[in-house]
Amino acid sequence: MKPISGKVAYVNARLLDPATGLDAIGGLLTEGETIAAVGPAITAASAPADAQVIDCRGLCLAPGLVDMRVQLREPGEEHKETIASASRAAVAGGVTTMVCLPNTDPVIDNDAVVEFVARRARKVGLTKVYPYAAATKGLKGEEVAEIGLLADSGAVAFTDGTHAVGSAMVMNRLLSYAASFGHLIVQHPEEPTLAGGDMNAGAIAGRLGLSGISPAAEWIMLERDLRLVETTGARYHAAHVSTAESVAIIRRAKGKGLAVTCDTAPPYFILTEEAVGEFRTFAKLSPPLRKESDRAAIAAGLADGTIDCVASDHSPQDADSKRKTFHDAAFGGIGVETLLAATLELTRSAGLSMLDALAKVTVNPARLLRLPCGTLAADTAADLVIFDPARAWPVDADTLRSKSKNSPFDETTLTGKVARTVIDGRSVFIDDELTHG
Amino acid sequence: MSGYAHRHLLGTRGLTAAEITDLLDRANRYAEINRTPDKKHAILSGRTVVNLFYENSTRTRTSFELAAKRLSADVINMQTGASSVAKGETLIDTAATLNAMHPDVLVVRHHDSGAVSLLSQKVNCAVVNAGDGKHEHPTQGLLDALTIRRRKGRLAGLKVAICGDVLHSRVARSNIYLLTTMGAEVRLVAPRTLCIPGAESLGVSVFHDLKAGIADCDIVMMLRIQNERMSGGFIPSTREYFRFFGLDREKLAAAKPDALVMHPGPMNRGVEIDSDIADDVDRSLIREQVEMGVAVRMAVLETVTRNLALERGEPWGNAK
Repeated sequence: MKPISGKVAYVNARLLDPATGLDAIGGLLTEGETIAAVGPAITAASAPADAQVIDCRGLCLAPGLVDMRVQLREPGEEHKETIASASRAAVAGGVTTMVCLPNTDPVIDNDAVVEFVARRARKVGLTKVYPYAAATKGLKGEEVAEIGLLADSGAVAFTDGTHAVGSAMVMNRLLSYAASFGHLIVQHPEEPTLAGGDMNAGAIAGRLGLSGISPAAEWIMLERDLRLVETTGARYHAAHVSTAESVAIIRRAKGKGLAVTCDTAPPYFILTEEAVGEFRTFAKLSPPLRKESDRAAIAAGLADGTIDCVASDHSPQDADSKRKTFHDAAFGGIGVETLLAATLELTRSAGLSMLDALAKVTVNPARLLRLPCGTLAADTAADLVIFDPARAWPVDADTLRSKSKNSPFDETTLTGKVARTVIDGRSVFIDDELTHG
Repeated sequence: MSGYAHRHLLGTRGLTAAEITDLLDRANRYAEINRTPDKKHAILSGRTVVNLFYENSTRTRTSFELAAKRLSADVINMQTGASSVAKGETLIDTAATLNAMHPDVLVVRHHDSGAVSLLSQKVNCAVVNAGDGKHEHPTQGLLDALTIRRRKGRLAGLKVAICGDVLHSRVARSNIYLLTTMGAEVRLVAPRTLCIPGAESLGVSVFHDLKAGIADCDIVMMLRIQNERMSGGFIPSTREYFRFFGLDREKLAAAKPDALVMHPGPMNRGVEIDSDIADDVDRSLIREQVEMGVAVRMAVLETVTRNLALERGEPWGNAK
């Protein structure tokens, strides 16, 4: 795609930039691919004469979202999702940067696959894609991957994706080695020997006759890892925390001053294990949906800052993988297109300000992964989302843009809808009704 | 309508006392007729019943087959290994294939919880759950209830102890839902590793000591302990299991003097139950359970086929 030139003034917007604390009515001027200026002074009247003026009609204008945990399924499982289909879903959801997990086929554990993903994403030309690389070779959990070389070729952090690094010895070496470079290790915190079940352990699993996954699987892995973090001095990030006890464990670790961060995904602060109902496989997630007391603690952890980020944990599964018995069905739910609306739920249910909620999906993941995005600051890339925070819409999985339709929010109503998404100064998604209607 | 008016029978959970009573009353009539020389009825003549079994079963499949044949239905038995299931066909594809052959009733057993419910959503015949994973086995629950009711005259107010591997038992779950709905007091007796988590929320009390659990009980229901539970580390050995959770005459003395013993079969003699008790005709209902099984399945097959016919606006009963 050709680089865009010229000026665009987005005026009459509620500017929201968590990176700077800006929350004011005003406008934003882009010049070519970058932000030239932002603030209350930018209006239709003050815009440069040669600028195209876009009236935001009072809607919110924020940095494009950074979704720090996405499975793109390409290469290897293109029947479930591709970089192109995920990107279309992402821009419809206001996501301008995705960070993808390495559990593809082949695994992202060498620079050739890192290059492949980057090249495919450039070719699609929508959402920016940064890859995680495998923390261990082949995601086998046995030998530390070439994390120095992988970082040089563009990997932003290291993780075994949907699997925990189970061996304490390997984790100890991985953290020690990564600490020598200052690289970030992202863990799926789940003790594998306690994680053989299908849903959260408890009364509902007992009633349905499904094997339970104990919440202790998450605490035990977190407690173990944090001890190793303490002795190695590594940077450690726990993905998709789901239990009340996990929040308490991470709060204590942060209190000790460890370089520890964590994220959660919207299902864990919106839904509970009740969503499984009578064997509903769209509610089969990893980690599993937990109890209401866990959900409330996750929301509280987001409110008090213990949980730094919200990521969609986008896990596309085709119909054949979900139209099975609960035990046989694959884990995971899609979420990149619903990330913004689901995160805005925190402003209603958990008392977060608009800026605090948006920080979880913009500046916080960007800073953690050292990405040049997630802010409205001048001279950064013009990656923007314009949205109506009050617009409610029924989620109909079949109309979502991902190739796979396994949304845990199917048949629910979310509030907050994207009117326009801008990447590098170019409008890549426009909702006609919200923009012109 | 207070009788059983559903097209499927997927579980006992959520059934009303009136629905359960309706099925038990009908089954009781068949139980009497089954003891007479002429056991055959024409009521399901021309109907097709398919037994689709994804798990090996001799007892339950035979019971369903006999029940269907006594009602004059045509019966097909499909067992995995001998069918396209072994060739990798999915559950839903199998359901669609069978559905295209216009059966009236599918009797399904599957090793996964929820499988029969899933299948029932993909067919337009009636579906009877013959056991799905660890979830439900409703005809077993009904036949146990009928057996108890015939011997004790009622279900309400009885103390029933369900003992053994309740965690992995669909029989236990169907019995819990049915018996608590009918007003019985249900207790579970199991080591903690074999108990249902959160069982108290199902309206039962939990014991980890067999004698304490069956104390003052009217019915002692023993469950089969499966060999794979030993390798899974749920219990250390059959020897140890029998010592603490196996039913022998000494432990049974803790129950009421007229307490009756049940077992869904097949039994592991000397593991969960002593032969001395299993074979005691004054205390053991085990053979009567098998007899009631056929009667209950006749009642269920008749009822769901009738409900299917009524739903389709087809003639039923005398009109046919």
